[in-house]
Amino acid sequence: MKHRTFFWFFLPTGLAMLLFIAFPIVSVVVQSVFAPHEAVLKTVENCTPLVGCTTETTIDQDATREIRDAQPLGRFVGLDIYLDRAHLAVAEVSDAWATTNSWGEFSDKLFNLPLYRALAFTLTFTFIVTPMLIIFGLMIALAVNSLHRHLKGFMIFFSLLPMIVTPLIGSLILFWMVDSRGVIGSALVALAGDPNFSLKASTGLTWVMLIVYGVWHSAPFAFVVFYAGLQTLPKDQIEAAQIDGASRWQQIKYVVVPHLMPLVTFVALIQLMDNFRVFEPVVGFNASAHATSLSWIIFNDLGGETRQLSAASATSVLTILGVAILLSPVLVRTWRDFKGK
Amino acid sequence: MASKAQRMPTGLRILTNGFVLVWFILAAFPFFWTLWGSFKVELDFFSIADWTNALTGERTKATYGSAFTGAAYEGAWVQEEFWRNVINTFIVCFFVVCTSLTIGTLGGYALSRSGYRYTFWLLITALIFRAMPPITLVAGYLLPFFEWNVWGILPTTIIVLVAINQPFTLWMLHSFFQNIPKELDESAKVDGCTQFQAFRHVIVPVMWPGVITTGLFSFLLAYNDFAVTAMLLSESNRTMVPAIAAFLGTTYTEGNVMFAVAAVVSATAPLFILVMFFQRQIVSGLTAGAVKG
Repeated sequence: MKHRTFFWFFLPTGLAMLLFIAFPIVSVVVQSVFAPHEAVLKTVENCTPLVGCTTETTIDQDATREIRDAQPLGRFVGLDIYLDRAHLAVAEVSDAWATTNSWGEFSDKLFNLPLYRALAFTLTFTFIVTPMLIIFGLMIALAVNSLHRHLKGFMIFFSLLPMIVTPLIGSLILFWMVDSRGVIGSALVALAGDPNFSLKASTGLTWVMLIVYGVWHSAPFAFVVFYAGLQTLPKDQIEAAQIDGASRWQQIKYVVVPHLMPLVTFVALIQLMDNFRVFEPVVGFNASAHATSLSWIIFNDLGGETRQLSAASATSVLTILGVAILLSPVLVRTWRDFKGK
Repeated sequence: MASKAQRMPTGLRILTNGFVLVWFILAAFPFFWTLWGSFKVELDFFSIADWTNALTGERTKATYGSAFTGAAYEGAWVQEEFWRNVINTFIVCFFVVCTSLTIGTLGGYALSRSGYRYTFWLLITALIFRAMPPITLVAGYLLPFFEWNVWGILPTTIIVLVAINQPFTLWMLHSFFQNIPKELDESAKVDGCTQFQAFRHVIVPVMWPGVITTGLFSFLLAYNDFAVTAMLLSESNRTMVPAIAAFLGTTYTEGNVMFAVAAVVSATAPLFILVMFFQRQIVSGLTAGAVKG
């Protein structure tokens, strides 16, 4: 295809991505080094006879508006926003490092800082949910594959539901069930034997709840991919393994799993990226008191009346960097594939 | 043909079937439970006294004289005007799917037919864009959108969702078009067609299976989006998902959780129907990337 033709074919989609993905990234980066203007203050001296003079400091509305209109981005502050308490909190971290004696104390202080707290949950979620959903998805795929032909389609239909359904809605549906007055919640209360038992009250249990949701939501994806992989499993290899006397478990370990290995890598890479953006469950489970994620911080900063664009931008940039780190193995792999062609 | 050697021993068969049953309950039960409960009053669905009330509907009977009531749906759809959000959602989804397929098909086709090195870099860029959480872009949208006075309206959100959709659409359609033999459009070009005519008359008639699959995923992305729609739409233009999130803010205090339950069931129903009719396409779409990669 000629360059010219290619250009015209690609123009609409390229333009859409340029204007609404590439430019916003640039604008997010720019915003993250500018802070909103502080209000211009003016000091007025009021003198009343007999009482004397008092000075009063008020906000000079006109001057403030003028400077805000002149430089809508705000004032340039360099990396200050990145280093402040709501983000990397360099001062607080080094202070905690200097004043604490044990790792436990230090991490206590560290995870009281909003960004590190969110990072701790986001990373825990990502790196627990991803392996679990792969194992769970593989187990479902093997079990469903052994079913009768008519049952398979039926099972695939229901298995797709947790994945297809809107994440916010899915988490709400589970949240209502584990509510202490919901069906699972009341069962847990009965099991724990404590009428005040609530999943929402403890940080640990909230994390467990979110992780269970994460696996429930993403296991179907792994299942469908692995199930498709099982259909291409060469029959003769299994037969050869059987003739060699391999047990069922050995057949799975030495024939099925190696055959599915490229798919496992694929699912793992996709899910690492997707779990890293965990956000809706935190809202749906109303869990922000115990678990926050990077995306949730951005959402929280942007929402409400105040719209802290600079703070949200800085977190966005840090999140993008995190995604870039997670993505690098994929990029390396794609590059190698391309070189190989 | 399952040979005798491949047949499972009874113990293992019971174990696997039991596991499938457990997974079936995990996957399906929450939806049926919520559907059933949405026809009850709050004191039944969230029962303090006895969880079986949610099944039998004791309080619902006491209040409405029957074990089922549409009160929650009436409250959500009529009182809270959820139908507006439903209409908004379908407007957004319709235009997102159409626009994103139109421009995505052209772009994906060009990427699959051009052998130059820059196609690789364009695809890599698209992959990076696909990996970024959409919420990280929102901070970049707000200032210009306020400035141009286009914040809060549906067209803005549609364009943004189309753009966010493009990387994924391009990847899927690109790999799909690569499976259509190049000889088809090459021969049309030999016969004197321009590239666009070759695309229009030769490729378009055979591309529908791939386009439908990609369209389904575009639809799901637009339908399921919360971060972008919640941030870019004003209160009167909200789609379903941010509206449900907003319900939670207001209704938890008013004690009308059932409105939210009814709204959630209403928003899940179209997805149920979608999976029912397009199960095959969804499965093939999910596996397309995997088999290639």
